[in-house]
Amino acid sequence: MLHSIDITKERCPMTMVKVKLKLSQIEKGDMLDVLLAEGEPLQSVPRTAEEQGHHVEEIRKEGAYYHVMIRK
Amino acid sequence: MIDFTQSQLERYSRHILLNSVGVEGQLKLMNSRVLIIGAGGLGAPAAMYCAAAGIGRIGVVDADAVEVSNLQRQIIHFTKDIGALKVMSAKDKIEAINPDVTVEPVRAFVQASNIEGIIDGYDFVIDGTDNFATKFLINDACVMKRIPYSHGGILRFNGQTMTVLPKKSACYRCVFHKPPPENMIPTCSEAGVLGAVAGMLGTIQAAEALKYITGAGEVLADALLTFDALPMNFRKVKLRKNPKCAVCSEHPSITRLIDGQQIVCDLKK
Repeated sequence: MLHSIDITKERCPMTMVKVKLKLSQIEKGDMLDVLLAEGEPLQSVPRTAEEQGHHVEEIRKEGAYYHVMIRK
Repeated sequence: MIDFTQSQLERYSRHILLNSVGVEGQLKLMNSRVLIIGAGGLGAPAAMYCAAAGIGRIGVVDADAVEVSNLQRQIIHFTKDIGALKVMSAKDKIEAINPDVTVEPVRAFVQASNIEGIIDGYDFVIDGTDNFATKFLINDACVMKRIPYSHGGILRFNGQTMTVLPKKSACYRCVFHKPPPENMIPTCSEAGVLGAVAGMLGTIQAAEALKYITGAGEVLADALLTFDALPMNFRKVKLRKNPKCAVCSEHPSITRLIDGQQIVCDLKK
């Protein structure tokens, strides 16, 4: 299943807190599409997701933001 | 599904960010019950950190009223609380820190006759008492009811603490056997304590409770942590379960709770 979350309006560290909550709510194997801004969120979200055993499958730029695709 | 309000997400964000706590660990804290025996020097900081952490239910046991001499270290009580019951003063502060917490004030001293009923239903107990007889009673009751607990003691500039996982790790009685003889117990003039030392020890006990509930790291089981705040030395001594322990061994000689002699300094606490 594909889930999505927009954290472009959040500030650090709530960016990561929101992603962690969302990841806890979805099933293993599901995909989470995280829309985020460049800078700190783009640096920390993919790295932290990998550290926690998830897989970052794609990072795609769209306009001013990025989609980070995380497989739980 | 796990969910938090926006306010809870922000309140607990620093826990959620920790990999070994996270969303699941915070949920465990919110669904847990911690009992704090003694709302004094150790119980005060322990209760405040448990409250801030969002422990779902916090029981506080104490029969005393707040006195001015308490305020040097019992930081949950304020000057305006002098004369109020410690459990009610503690309840006010816990609720002020975190309205999510349910507080259960118990106006009593734990004794052989009431301790089992008081500790029943809690996931973890924090011993914040100030006399040997009660420390042994708490140990024995927690071992018999299989409730993990944190032992703590302070005097002058020194502190000691251990976490007991009943039947799995060394208990207080495995190590200390029985209360020390009366002439070994500090007299009134020797019973001073640096306020911040109480805060250090009570805070370690709170951390142990939070670690036990979330499963983060390893609790201070089979070990005694001691510190001397004068040179600020910390020492961790490894312990082993005593196979002949009077209470936690296979064939215990203590099978029911009895009140010890309450050898406690008359100095106002």
